[in-house]
Amino acid sequence: MAEVTELTPSEYISHHLTFDTVGIFGHDATSFWAINVDTLVMTVIAAVISFGFLMWMAKKATSGVPSKTQAFVEHWLAVIDDSVRGIYHGDSKLVAPIALTAFVLVFMLNCFDFLPVDIMSWIYANVFHAHYWRSVPTADINTTFALALSVFGMMIYYSIKVKGLGGWGHELISAPFGLRAHWSAPLLIIANVLFQIIEYVSKPLSHSLRLFGNLYAGEIIFMLLGMLAAAAAGWAVVAGILHVLWALFHILIVLLQAYIFMMLSIVYISMAHEHH
Amino acid sequence: MNINFTLVMQAIAFFVFIVLTAKYVWPIMAAKIDARQKMIADGLAAAERGRSELANAEKQTAAVIAEAKAKAQEIVAQGEKFRADTVEAAKREAKVEADRIVAAAKAEIEQEVARAKESLRTQVSTLAVAGAGKILQREVDPQAHAALLREIQGQL
Repeated sequence: MAEVTELTPSEYISHHLTFDTVGIFGHDATSFWAINVDTLVMTVIAAVISFGFLMWMAKKATSGVPSKTQAFVEHWLAVIDDSVRGIYHGDSKLVAPIALTAFVLVFMLNCFDFLPVDIMSWIYANVFHAHYWRSVPTADINTTFALALSVFGMMIYYSIKVKGLGGWGHELISAPFGLRAHWSAPLLIIANVLFQIIEYVSKPLSHSLRLFGNLYAGEIIFMLLGMLAAAAAGWAVVAGILHVLWALFHILIVLLQAYIFMMLSIVYISMAHEHH
Repeated sequence: MNINFTLVMQAIAFFVFIVLTAKYVWPIMAAKIDARQKMIADGLAAAERGRSELANAEKQTAAVIAEAKAKAQEIVAQGEKFRADTVEAAKREAKVEADRIVAAAKAEIEQEVARAKESLRTQVSTLAVAGAGKILQREVDPQAHAALLREIQGQL
Protein backbone atom coordinates (compact mmCIF):
# COMPACT_ATOMS: atom_id res chain seq x y z
CA MET A 1 0.00 0.00 0.00
CA ALA A 2 1.18 3.46 -0.84
CA GLU A 3 0.11 4.91 2.51
CA VAL A 4 2.03 2.34 4.54
CA THR A 5 4.77 4.82 5.39
CA GLU A 6 2.18 7.16 6.80
CA LEU A 7 0.66 4.47 9.03
CA THR A 8 2.00 3.29 12.32
CA PRO A 9 2.22 -0.50 12.61
CA SER A 10 -0.81 -0.69 14.88
CA GLU A 11 -2.82 1.44 12.45
CA TYR A 12 -1.78 -0.85 9.61
CA ILE A 13 -2.88 -3.95 11.51
CA SER A 14 -6.14 -2.49 12.72
CA HIS A 15 -6.91 -1.25 9.24
CA HIS A 16 -6.56 -4.77 7.90
CA LEU A 17 -8.62 -6.17 10.75
CA THR A 18 -11.62 -3.88 10.32
CA PHE A 19 -14.74 -5.35 8.79
CA ASP A 20 -16.88 -3.59 6.24
CA THR A 21 -19.74 -3.31 8.72
CA VAL A 22 -23.06 -1.77 7.80
CA GLY A 23 -25.85 -1.06 10.29
CA ILE A 24 -29.27 -2.42 9.42
CA PHE A 25 -32.80 -1.39 10.38
CA GLY A 26 -31.48 2.12 11.11
CA HIS A 27 -29.09 0.93 13.80
CA ASP A 28 -25.49 1.92 14.28
CA ALA A 29 -22.72 -0.22 12.73
CA THR A 30 -21.37 -1.00 16.20
CA SER A 31 -24.66 -2.43 17.50
CA PHE A 32 -25.82 -6.04 17.14
CA TRP A 33 -28.05 -4.97 14.26
CA ALA A 34 -25.25 -4.70 11.76
CA ILE A 35 -23.81 -7.02 9.16
CA ASN A 36 -20.27 -7.57 7.96
CA VAL A 37 -20.77 -7.16 4.23
CA ASP A 38 -17.30 -8.50 3.41
CA THR A 39 -17.89 -11.74 5.34
CA LEU A 40 -21.25 -12.36 3.70
CA VAL A 41 -20.09 -11.50 0.18
CA MET A 42 -17.00 -13.69 0.45
CA THR A 43 -19.13 -16.54 1.84
CA VAL A 44 -21.55 -16.24 -1.05
CA ILE A 45 -18.68 -16.23 -3.56
CA ALA A 46 -17.15 -19.33 -1.97
CA ALA A 47 -20.53 -21.07 -1.84
CA VAL A 48 -21.41 -20.27 -5.44
CA ILE A 49 -18.07 -21.67 -6.58
CA SER A 50 -18.05 -24.80 -4.40
CA PHE A 51 -21.72 -25.79 -4.17
CA GLY A 52 -22.33 -24.70 -7.74
CA PHE A 53 -19.52 -27.00 -8.78
CA LEU A 54 -20.89 -29.86 -6.68
CA MET A 55 -24.44 -29.47 -7.99
CA TRP A 56 -23.19 -29.23 -11.57
CA MET A 57 -21.11 -32.36 -10.93
CA ALA A 58 -24.08 -34.22 -9.44
CA LYS A 59 -26.12 -33.36 -12.51
CA LYS A 60 -23.38 -34.29 -14.95
CA ALA A 61 -22.11 -37.35 -13.07
CA THR A 62 -22.53 -40.70 -14.73
CA SER A 63 -22.82 -44.12 -13.16
CA GLY A 64 -20.69 -45.40 -16.03
CA VAL A 65 -17.01 -44.61 -16.48
CA PRO A 66 -16.39 -41.41 -14.48
CA SER A 67 -14.42 -38.44 -15.73
CA LYS A 68 -11.33 -37.40 -13.76
CA THR A 69 -13.24 -34.49 -12.24
CA GLN A 70 -16.02 -36.81 -11.16
CA ALA A 71 -13.48 -39.24 -9.73
CA PHE A 72 -12.00 -36.36 -7.73
CA VAL A 73 -15.41 -35.40 -6.31
CA GLU A 74 -16.30 -39.01 -5.63
CA HIS A 75 -13.00 -39.52 -3.83
CA TRP A 76 -13.80 -36.72 -1.38
CA LEU A 77 -17.35 -37.93 -0.97
CA ALA A 78 -15.97 -41.35 -0.11
CA VAL A 79 -13.50 -39.84 2.40
CA ILE A 80 -16.33 -37.99 4.14
CA ASP A 81 -18.68 -40.97 3.92
CA ASP A 82 -16.04 -43.19 5.54
CA SER A 83 -15.46 -40.64 8.30
CA VAL A 84 -19.19 -40.43 8.99
CA ARG A 85 -19.66 -44.21 8.96
CA GLY A 86 -16.70 -44.64 11.29
CA ILE A 87 -18.13 -42.32 13.94
CA TYR A 88 -21.85 -42.04 13.44
CA HIS A 89 -23.98 -45.16 13.83
CA GLY A 90 -27.43 -43.58 13.86
CA ASP A 91 -29.78 -43.81 10.94
CA SER A 92 -30.13 -40.15 9.96
CA LYS A 93 -29.38 -39.69 6.28
CA LEU A 94 -28.62 -36.02 6.94
CA VAL A 95 -25.34 -36.35 8.82
CA ALA A 96 -23.19 -37.10 5.78
CA PRO A 97 -24.51 -34.08 3.80
CA ILE A 98 -24.00 -31.91 6.91
CA ALA A 99 -20.41 -33.13 7.17
CA LEU A 100 -19.83 -32.52 3.46
CA THR A 101 -21.29 -29.02 3.67
CA ALA A 102 -19.25 -28.15 6.75
CA PHE A 103 -16.05 -29.45 5.18
CA VAL A 104 -16.47 -27.79 1.80
CA LEU A 105 -17.69 -24.50 3.23
CA VAL A 106 -14.98 -24.18 5.89
CA PHE A 107 -12.30 -25.26 3.44
CA MET A 108 -13.38 -22.74 0.81
CA LEU A 109 -13.66 -19.90 3.34
CA ASN A 110 -10.26 -20.79 4.78
CA CYS A 111 -8.78 -20.72 1.29
CA PHE A 112 -9.38 -16.98 1.04
CA ASP A 113 -6.44 -16.73 3.43
CA PHE A 114 -4.18 -17.46 0.45
CA LEU A 115 -5.13 -14.16 -1.14
CA PRO A 116 -2.22 -11.77 -0.50
CA VAL A 117 -3.52 -9.27 2.07
CA ASP A 118 -1.95 -6.07 0.74
CA ILE A 119 -2.60 -6.69 -2.95
CA MET A 120 -6.19 -7.62 -2.17
CA SER A 121 -6.76 -4.56 -0.01
CA TRP A 122 -5.40 -2.40 -2.86
CA ILE A 123 -7.86 -4.10 -5.25
CA TYR A 124 -10.73 -3.74 -2.77
CA ALA A 125 -9.91 -0.06 -2.26
CA ASN A 126 -9.23 0.93 -5.87
CA VAL A 127 -11.47 -1.41 -7.88
CA PHE A 128 -14.43 -1.90 -5.54
CA HIS A 129 -13.96 1.29 -3.51
CA ALA A 130 -14.22 -0.64 -0.28
CA HIS A 131 -11.84 0.90 2.20
CA TYR A 132 -12.30 -1.82 4.80
CA TRP A 133 -12.63 -5.35 3.50
CA ARG A 134 -11.50 -8.64 5.03
CA SER A 135 -11.09 -11.62 2.76
CA VAL A 136 -11.37 -14.54 5.19
CA PRO A 137 -14.87 -15.16 6.57
CA THR A 138 -13.60 -17.85 8.96
CA ALA A 139 -11.39 -15.21 10.60
CA ASP A 140 -14.68 -13.52 11.52
CA ILE A 141 -15.93 -14.84 14.85
CA ASN A 142 -19.51 -14.42 13.58
CA THR A 143 -18.95 -17.09 10.95
CA THR A 144 -17.34 -19.65 13.22
CA PHE A 145 -19.95 -19.05 15.93
CA ALA A 146 -22.70 -19.34 13.34
CA LEU A 147 -21.36 -22.71 12.15
CA ALA A 148 -20.65 -24.00 15.66
CA LEU A 149 -24.02 -22.88 16.99
CA SER A 150 -25.75 -24.51 14.01
CA VAL A 151 -24.02 -27.76 14.87
CA PHE A 152 -24.95 -27.16 18.51
CA GLY A 153 -28.58 -26.75 17.44
CA MET A 154 -28.39 -30.05 15.52
CA MET A 155 -26.93 -31.67 18.66
CA ILE A 156 -29.92 -30.56 20.73
CA TYR A 157 -32.31 -31.52 17.91
CA TYR A 158 -30.91 -35.03 17.59
CA SER A 159 -30.72 -35.46 21.39
CA ILE A 160 -34.41 -34.72 21.72
CA LYS A 161 -35.31 -36.66 18.58
CA VAL A 162 -33.51 -39.82 19.69
CA LYS A 163 -34.16 -39.77 23.44
CA GLY A 164 -37.36 -37.76 23.56
CA LEU A 165 -37.74 -34.55 25.53
CA GLY A 166 -38.09 -36.51 28.78
CA GLY A 167 -35.07 -38.68 28.08
CA TRP A 168 -32.98 -35.67 27.26
CA GLY A 169 -34.16 -33.82 30.38
CA HIS A 170 -33.45 -36.88 32.49
CA GLU A 171 -29.97 -37.04 31.04
CA LEU A 172 -29.36 -33.40 31.95
CA ILE A 173 -29.88 -34.15 35.64
CA SER A 174 -28.56 -37.73 35.79
CA ALA A 175 -25.32 -37.70 33.79
CA PRO A 176 -22.41 -38.01 34.43
CA PHE A 177 -22.71 -38.85 38.17
CA GLY A 178 -25.96 -40.78 38.08
CA LEU A 179 -29.04 -40.39 40.22
CA ARG A 180 -29.89 -42.34 43.38
CA ALA A 181 -32.81 -42.40 45.77
CA HIS A 182 -30.64 -41.12 48.61
CA TRP A 183 -30.30 -38.00 50.68
CA SER A 184 -27.52 -36.90 48.30
CA ALA A 185 -29.88 -36.79 45.30
CA PRO A 186 -30.22 -32.96 45.18
CA LEU A 187 -26.45 -32.58 45.36
CA LEU A 188 -26.02 -35.06 42.54
CA ILE A 189 -28.57 -33.20 40.44
CA ILE A 190 -26.76 -29.91 40.99
CA ALA A 191 -23.41 -31.46 40.11
CA ASN A 192 -24.85 -33.17 37.03
CA VAL A 193 -26.53 -30.03 35.75
CA LEU A 194 -23.34 -28.05 36.27
CA PHE A 195 -21.33 -30.58 34.36
CA GLN A 196 -23.89 -30.68 31.58
CA ILE A 197 -23.81 -26.90 31.30
CA ILE A 198 -20.03 -26.93 31.10
CA GLU A 199 -20.18 -29.63 28.45
CA TYR A 200 -22.80 -27.84 26.39
CA VAL A 201 -21.01 -24.50 26.60
CA SER A 202 -17.55 -25.85 25.95
CA LYS A 203 -18.51 -27.74 22.82
CA PRO A 204 -19.56 -24.83 20.58
CA LEU A 205 -16.95 -22.57 22.17
CA SER A 206 -14.02 -24.85 21.43
CA HIS A 207 -15.54 -25.80 18.08
CA SER A 208 -15.73 -22.19 16.90
CA LEU A 209 -12.73 -20.68 18.64
CA ARG A 210 -10.34 -23.35 17.36
CA LEU A 211 -11.19 -22.51 13.77
CA PHE A 212 -11.34 -18.79 14.38
CA GLY A 213 -8.04 -18.74 16.27
CA ASN A 214 -6.16 -20.65 13.61
CA LEU A 215 -7.35 -18.51 10.75
CA TYR A 216 -7.10 -15.24 12.64
CA ALA A 217 -3.54 -16.04 13.71
CA GLY A 218 -2.69 -17.02 10.15
CA GLU A 219 -3.97 -13.73 8.85
CA ILE A 220 -2.08 -11.75 11.53
CA ILE A 221 1.18 -13.50 10.70
CA PHE A 222 0.76 -12.59 7.01
CA MET A 223 0.24 -8.98 8.09
CA LEU A 224 3.26 -9.02 10.40
CA LEU A 225 5.37 -10.36 7.53
CA GLY A 226 3.99 -7.56 5.37
CA MET A 227 5.12 -5.06 8.01
CA LEU A 228 8.51 -6.69 8.17
CA ALA A 229 8.81 -6.32 4.39
CA ALA A 230 8.01 -2.61 4.72
CA ALA A 231 10.82 -2.06 7.21
CA ALA A 232 13.75 -2.17 4.77
CA ALA A 233 14.75 -3.66 1.41
CA GLY A 234 16.81 -6.41 3.08
CA TRP A 235 13.92 -7.35 5.33
CA ALA A 236 11.64 -7.50 2.32
CA VAL A 237 13.63 -10.46 0.95
CA VAL A 238 13.51 -12.26 4.31
CA ALA A 239 9.82 -11.47 4.67
CA GLY A 240 9.18 -12.73 1.14
CA ILE A 241 10.81 -16.08 1.90
CA LEU A 242 8.98 -16.38 5.23
CA HIS A 243 5.77 -15.42 3.49
CA VAL A 244 6.15 -18.30 1.04
CA LEU A 245 6.98 -20.75 3.83
CA TRP A 246 4.03 -19.64 5.94
CA ALA A 247 1.73 -19.84 2.90
CA LEU A 248 2.91 -23.40 2.24
CA PHE A 249 2.37 -24.33 5.88
CA HIS A 250 -0.99 -22.63 5.70
CA ILE A 251 -2.17 -25.06 3.02
CA LEU A 252 -1.93 -27.73 5.71
CA ILE A 253 -3.69 -25.56 8.30
CA VAL A 254 -6.50 -24.65 5.94
CA LEU A 255 -7.19 -28.26 5.04
CA LEU A 256 -6.63 -29.58 8.54
CA GLN A 257 -8.92 -27.04 10.21
CA ALA A 258 -11.67 -27.78 7.71
CA TYR A 259 -11.24 -31.50 8.39
CA ILE A 260 -11.18 -31.00 12.17
CA PHE A 261 -14.29 -28.86 12.01
CA MET A 262 -16.09 -31.51 10.01
CA MET A 263 -14.96 -34.35 12.30
CA LEU A 264 -16.01 -32.47 15.44
CA SER A 265 -19.39 -31.79 13.87
CA ILE A 266 -19.87 -35.50 13.24
CA VAL A 267 -18.59 -36.38 16.72
CA TYR A 268 -20.89 -33.91 18.47
CA ILE A 269 -23.92 -35.03 16.48
CA SER A 270 -23.20 -38.71 17.07
CA MET A 271 -22.59 -38.02 20.80
CA ALA A 272 -26.08 -36.56 20.89
CA HIS A 273 -27.36 -40.00 19.83
CA GLU A 274 -25.68 -41.83 22.71
CA HIS A 275 -27.57 -42.79 25.80
CA HIS A 276 -25.79 -42.32 29.07
CA MET B 1 -14.51 -8.64 17.80
CA ASN B 2 -18.14 -7.68 17.48
CA ILE B 3 -20.85 -10.26 17.48
CA ASN B 4 -23.55 -8.93 15.22
CA PHE B 5 -26.31 -9.97 12.85
CA THR B 6 -23.70 -11.52 10.54
CA LEU B 7 -23.89 -14.53 12.83
CA VAL B 8 -27.56 -15.08 12.05
CA MET B 9 -26.99 -14.53 8.33
CA GLN B 10 -24.12 -17.00 8.28
CA ALA B 11 -26.20 -19.57 10.16
CA ILE B 12 -28.99 -19.15 7.61
CA ALA B 13 -26.46 -19.47 4.79
CA PHE B 14 -25.05 -22.63 6.38
CA PHE B 15 -28.56 -24.06 6.64
CA VAL B 16 -29.27 -23.24 2.99
CA PHE B 17 -26.01 -24.92 1.90
CA ILE B 18 -26.87 -28.01 3.95
CA VAL B 19 -30.28 -28.19 2.27
CA LEU B 20 -28.69 -27.80 -1.18
CA THR B 21 -26.14 -30.48 -0.42
CA ALA B 22 -28.65 -32.85 1.13
CA LYS B 23 -31.06 -32.39 -1.74
CA TYR B 24 -29.07 -31.82 -4.91
CA VAL B 25 -25.62 -33.22 -4.29
CA TRP B 26 -25.30 -36.08 -1.82
CA PRO B 27 -28.23 -38.36 -2.74
CA ILE B 28 -27.63 -37.95 -6.48
CA MET B 29 -23.93 -38.71 -6.26
CA ALA B 30 -24.51 -41.55 -3.79
CA ALA B 31 -27.14 -43.08 -6.08
CA LYS B 32 -24.81 -42.86 -9.07
CA ILE B 33 -21.92 -44.38 -7.13
CA ASP B 34 -24.18 -47.17 -5.88
CA ALA B 35 -25.45 -47.77 -9.40
CA ARG B 36 -21.88 -48.05 -10.65
CA GLN B 37 -20.97 -50.39 -7.81
CA LYS B 38 -23.93 -52.59 -8.68
CA MET B 39 -23.01 -52.47 -12.37
CA ILE B 40 -19.44 -53.52 -11.63
CA ALA B 41 -20.59 -56.26 -9.28
CA ASP B 42 -23.07 -57.50 -11.91
CA GLY B 43 -20.38 -57.38 -14.58
CA LEU B 44 -18.00 -59.39 -12.43
CA ALA B 45 -20.73 -61.89 -11.62
CA ALA B 46 -21.59 -62.18 -15.34
CA ALA B 47 -17.93 -62.70 -16.18
CA GLU B 48 -17.71 -65.38 -13.51
CA ARG B 49 -20.85 -67.00 -14.85
CA GLY B 50 -19.46 -66.84 -18.40
CA ARG B 51 -16.23 -68.43 -17.22
CA SER B 52 -18.01 -71.28 -15.49
CA GLU B 53 -20.29 -71.73 -18.50
CA LEU B 54 -17.28 -71.91 -20.77
CA ALA B 55 -15.70 -74.49 -18.49
CA ASN B 56 -18.94 -76.45 -18.52
CA ALA B 57 -19.15 -76.25 -22.30
CA GLU B 58 -15.56 -77.43 -22.57
CA LYS B 59 -16.32 -80.31 -20.28
CA GLN B 60 -19.40 -81.18 -22.32
CA THR B 61 -17.47 -80.95 -25.56
CA ALA B 62 -14.82 -83.26 -24.19
CA ALA B 63 -17.50 -85.70 -23.08
CA VAL B 64 -19.20 -85.61 -26.49
CA ILE B 65 -15.89 -86.12 -28.27
CA ALA B 66 -14.99 -89.02 -25.99
CA GLU B 67 -18.40 -90.57 -26.57
CA ALA B 68 -18.09 -90.16 -30.31
CA LYS B 69 -14.64 -91.73 -30.23
CA ALA B 70 -15.93 -94.66 -28.23
CA LYS B 71 -18.85 -95.09 -30.58
CA ALA B 72 -16.60 -94.94 -33.63
CA GLN B 73 -14.37 -97.55 -32.13
CA GLU B 74 -17.38 -99.69 -31.36
CA ILE B 75 -18.61 -99.32 -34.91
CA VAL B 76 -15.21 -100.25 -36.28
CA ALA B 77 -15.08 -103.24 -33.98
CA GLN B 78 -18.58 -104.24 -35.01
CA GLY B 79 -17.64 -103.87 -38.66
CA GLU B 80 -14.58 -106.03 -38.16
CA LYS B 81 -16.57 -108.60 -36.30
CA PHE B 82 -19.25 -108.55 -38.98
CA ARG B 83 -16.63 -109.00 -41.66
CA ALA B 84 -15.07 -111.86 -39.77
CA ASP B 85 -18.47 -113.41 -39.19
CA THR B 86 -19.39 -113.03 -42.84
CA VAL B 87 -16.15 -114.58 -43.97
CA GLU B 88 -16.60 -117.39 -41.46
CA ALA B 89 -20.17 -117.96 -42.56
CA ALA B 90 -19.16 -117.94 -46.20
CA LYS B 91 -16.42 -120.41 -45.43
CA ARG B 92 -18.84 -122.62 -43.57
CA GLU B 93 -21.39 -122.40 -46.34
CA ALA B 94 -18.75 -123.09 -48.97
CA LYS B 95 -17.59 -126.09 -46.98
CA VAL B 96 -21.13 -127.37 -46.64
CA GLU B 97 -21.70 -126.82 -50.34
CA ALA B 98 -18.43 -128.51 -51.14
CA ASP B 99 -19.33 -131.42 -48.88
CA ARG B 100 -22.72 -131.65 -50.51
CA ILE B 101 -21.19 -131.59 -53.98
CA VAL B 102 -18.64 -134.19 -52.97
CA ALA B 103 -21.37 -136.32 -51.38
CA ALA B 104 -23.55 -136.00 -54.50
CA ALA B 105 -20.63 -136.90 -56.70
CA LYS B 106 -19.85 -139.86 -54.51
CA ALA B 107 -23.48 -141.00 -54.59
CA GLU B 108 -23.54 -140.65 -58.33
CA ILE B 109 -20.33 -142.56 -58.60
CA GLU B 110 -21.74 -145.24 -56.39
CA GLN B 111 -24.90 -145.27 -58.41
CA GLU B 112 -22.82 -145.48 -61.55
CA VAL B 113 -20.84 -148.31 -60.04
CA ALA B 114 -24.04 -150.08 -59.02
CA ARG B 115 -25.46 -149.54 -62.41
CA ALA B 116 -22.28 -150.80 -64.05
CA LYS B 117 -22.27 -153.76 -61.71
CA GLU B 118 -25.89 -154.43 -62.53
CA SER B 119 -25.28 -154.26 -66.24
CA LEU B 120 -22.15 -156.25 -65.79
CA ARG B 121 -24.06 -158.87 -63.87
CA THR B 122 -26.74 -159.03 -66.56
CA GLN B 123 -24.09 -159.23 -69.19
CA VAL B 124 -22.17 -161.83 -67.24
CA SER B 125 -25.29 -163.94 -66.85
CA THR B 126 -26.09 -163.54 -70.53
CA LEU B 127 -22.47 -164.34 -71.23
CA ALA B 128 -22.68 -167.31 -68.92
CA VAL B 129 -25.83 -168.58 -70.58
CA ALA B 130 -24.26 -168.02 -73.99
CA GLY B 131 -21.06 -169.73 -72.74
CA ALA B 132 -23.05 -172.61 -71.32
CA GLY B 133 -25.03 -172.89 -74.57
CA LYS B 134 -21.82 -173.11 -76.50
CA ILE B 135 -20.46 -175.69 -74.14
CA LEU B 136 -23.63 -177.74 -74.25
CA GLN B 137 -24.00 -177.19 -78.01
CA ARG B 138 -27.56 -176.48 -77.59
CA GLU B 139 -29.84 -173.73 -76.93
CA VAL B 140 -30.29 -173.00 -73.28
CA ASP B 141 -33.65 -171.64 -72.52
CA PRO B 142 -33.12 -168.73 -70.21
CA GLN B 143 -36.68 -169.08 -69.06
CA ALA B 144 -36.15 -172.58 -67.99
CA HIS B 145 -33.15 -171.70 -66.01
CA ALA B 146 -34.29 -168.35 -64.80
CA ALA B 147 -34.14 -169.36 -61.23
CA LEU B 148 -30.59 -170.63 -61.65
CA LEU B 149 -29.50 -167.50 -63.46
CA ARG B 150 -30.95 -165.29 -60.81
CA GLU B 151 -29.01 -167.22 -58.24
CA ILE B 152 -25.81 -166.69 -60.20
CA GLN B 153 -26.66 -163.06 -60.59
CA GLY B 154 -27.16 -162.82 -56.90
CA GLN B 155 -23.77 -164.36 -56.24
CA LEU B 156 -22.01 -161.83 -58.43
